[in-house]
Amino acid sequence: MHPITTVHYVVLSAALLLIGTAGFLTRRNIVVILMSIELILNAVNINLVAFSNHFQEMGGQVFAIFVITVAVAESAVALGILIALFRNRETVAADEINLLKW
Amino acid sequence: MATTVFFYIFAVMILGGALLTITRRNAVHAALWLVVSLLGVAGVFLLRGAEFLFVVQIMLYIGGVVLLILFVVMLVNLDSAAGQRQFNKQWWLAVACVLVVGAEVLYVIKSGVESFSLPEAAAGAASEAGSTEALADALFSEYLLPFEMASILLLVAVVGSVVMARKRT
Repeated sequence: MHPITTVHYVVLSAALLLIGTAGFLTRRNIVVILMSIELILNAVNINLVAFSNHFQEMGGQVFAIFVITVAVAESAVALGILIALFRNRETVAADEINLLKW
Repeated sequence: MATTVFFYIFAVMILGGALLTITRRNAVHAALWLVVSLLGVAGVFLLRGAEFLFVVQIMLYIGGVVLLILFVVMLVNLDSAAGQRQFNKQWWLAVACVLVVGAEVLYVIKSGVESFSLPEAAAGAASEAGSTEALADALFSEYLLPFEMASILLLVAVVGSVVMARKRT
């Protein structure tokens, strides 16, 4: 077996990013779309931590902490918006929310 | 050797959990598979010597974000949504775009794979106590201003989510 290098982590991160993007673009349920965003942000964090370890430089891990902070804030606000939206429109399907669509 | 085995275990957890997350019909099942995927990411953090991020990942993501998502799934009635079509009409276009981007990314990684092996610098720099102390040093000295701005962002997010979710009277 080959030893695990940074390349392995980069490929893993790219695969997770693509799965998250596919979920974001194809699903109708807004809750699952939010989960896909979390997957994408986690892919970024894998990359940051892998390179932080590669260069023995703490900036990558600090940046990952900020990414997690912003992700938590984002999901809190997004779920608040989602509750307000459901109260008004009684739906969670993204393609049924088309009031501004021409 | 053990690192290799654990890396592949975590990779299967991450990718399998992510695939099941985006394909499950029931949103609660999707959230539970998301937990598996996030646990795999936490394991990868541990493999790469980021112990503090490992703990933060489990506490904030699995304990915080997924719990919040589950709360909202319970609050918002998703029973009718589970019976409907799960993927939108343009799904084939989205999958095609994702495959093209994936091919591009793999090509870029493959053509630049030599550059990853260059500066494997200062292997002795990591202490036995882990990287948490060095992380705290960096966070509270060099990155102090972004740290304070993050706290303001969290305050705004808390107030904003309360304002969004409360009933209009």
